[in-house]
Amino acid sequence: MSAATMNFPAIKAIYLFEMARTWRTPLQSILSPVISTSLYFVVFGAAIGSRMQAIDGVSYGAFIVPGLIMLSLLTQSIANASFAIYFPKFTGTIFELLSAPVAWWEAVFAYVAAAATKSVMLGLIILATAFLFVPLKIEHPFWMLLFLVLTATTFSLFGFIIGVWADGFEKLQVVPLLIVTPLAFLGGSFYSIDMLPPFWRTVTLFNPVVYLISGFRWSFFGFADVGIVVSLGMTLVFLAACIAVIAWIFKTGYRLKN
Amino acid sequence: MQPIIQISDLSKTYASGFQALKSVTLEIRRGEIFALLGPNGAGKTTLISIVCGIVNPSTGRVLADGHDIIADYRAARSRIGLVPQELTTDAFETVWATVSFSRGLFGKPKNPAHVEQVLRDLSLWDKRDNKIMTLSGGMKRRVLIAKALAHEPQILFLDEPTAGVDVELRQDMWKLVRRLRDSGVTIILTTHYIEEAEEMADRIGVISKGEIILVEDKAELMRKLGQKQLTLHLQAPLAAVPEALAAHGLALQAEGEELVYTYDTKAERTGITALLKDLGEAGIRFSDLRTSQSSLEDIFVGLLRANA
Repeated sequence: MSAATMNFPAIKAIYLFEMARTWRTPLQSILSPVISTSLYFVVFGAAIGSRMQAIDGVSYGAFIVPGLIMLSLLTQSIANASFAIYFPKFTGTIFELLSAPVAWWEAVFAYVAAAATKSVMLGLIILATAFLFVPLKIEHPFWMLLFLVLTATTFSLFGFIIGVWADGFEKLQVVPLLIVTPLAFLGGSFYSIDMLPPFWRTVTLFNPVVYLISGFRWSFFGFADVGIVVSLGMTLVFLAACIAVIAWIFKTGYRLKN
Repeated sequence: MQPIIQISDLSKTYASGFQALKSVTLEIRRGEIFALLGPNGAGKTTLISIVCGIVNPSTGRVLADGHDIIADYRAARSRIGLVPQELTTDAFETVWATVSFSRGLFGKPKNPAHVEQVLRDLSLWDKRDNKIMTLSGGMKRRVLIAKALAHEPQILFLDEPTAGVDVELRQDMWKLVRRLRDSGVTIILTTHYIEEAEEMADRIGVISKGEIILVEDKAELMRKLGQKQLTLHLQAPLAAVPEALAAHGLALQAEGEELVYTYDTKAERTGITALLKDLGEAGIRFSDLRTSQSSLEDIFVGLLRANA
């Protein structure tokens, strides 16, 4: 095996290993996010939503579907990927990965692909669940899938960074809980940012999650808070930034090798 | 023949400022069992970790089977298997899954027959469907060895393979290591048990405070070990060894009160009978005698003291 060739068996081994972890804990991995999302639909869609007026002709129940999927996609991608790399660090089994003839980008690709696969599957399950609660049609299915995959990939990369950075279980939780969840809630999961006063609308534009939710919502309903090209552009910028940080991590051995 | 591992001028200073390795140069011969002996904290694990790619070296170079471990890491690492000191295993995986995973990780295509053979060799075949967390400590160590052998490495590092292992498993481990060596695998083991190095190794290296202070064939060390000294305490001190006894190669010590005779216990004749006869004829009388043997432990302790 020369340095030029890729280590496909390793990518496959890591990917399947990570996916096996999902099937081992189906309740935690699949069922619990589905249940919590269903609760959102019952509370915000059916109970409260029935008393809210439609937004741009879309019922409130349907309006929140893209936001809810994004919310789960963000938190699950981060959780999946951060845990996948943090846990071997915690138990010490990471020695094997570090001593294997695996390029850093091969390892990242396998871990992130597995984490993203899980969250895309989850997003699709939530979408299917949503059809049970609200009438829904998807205007641009291709763009919907593209945003789903791009967001899952980007936040799995972000989760990977958190997993490498964290040196305790607390740190593993801090970023998702204190930064990502608030950003997702304030990023228009449950409302259109046009509903905000002008000052807060401007503040909100600094929230990267706004662009993800906006783009995703556009793929469903054909209208959005910000332009689709801007949404896509911002998503790709964040993706590139995560890849750059990970490249640096492996180049320096930051928190992986001493 | 080209050495299978060439370590040249390897140093490691950790971020804390601790210098774990000081310009280590070492060659491991193809097909040998090399024991790296040293007290805790001497740098054994750091040395292994650098060769295996887990720790970045500060300076120096390592070639594994002619491949630079950094520039050509794929070729280097695919030849190396590592059994770490700590029992770091997954918990929820089955034995079969974790060993198969290791094979894939090291770039080898699936080969259930090889994995089965490894598991059988390590008496793990019956446990193949057990989750690792249900296994005993000794079994977990076997699992780690199986993982390291899954990709058919040419070089196997065993970091303290028998630390905290019961006698039976230790014997099994030694048998396994010999079998591997017979199949052409080069083995480097670290230990702080001298008897382990004595039992297993072809060559022994001693490391202390980050420096290799001795590398020698075990046979050569054992030859030194095989020498005994007979010390005779004389009734009357001598100024010099008498001419009549010159052939025996004696030495005087303790201001002429003791005569020391060095002999080889493994030789056909020790020469003791002849010496005693000659002493009687020369009229030299002695009040006491004792014999002593330097052990590998003595050599080791002496080296460490000299290095302190």
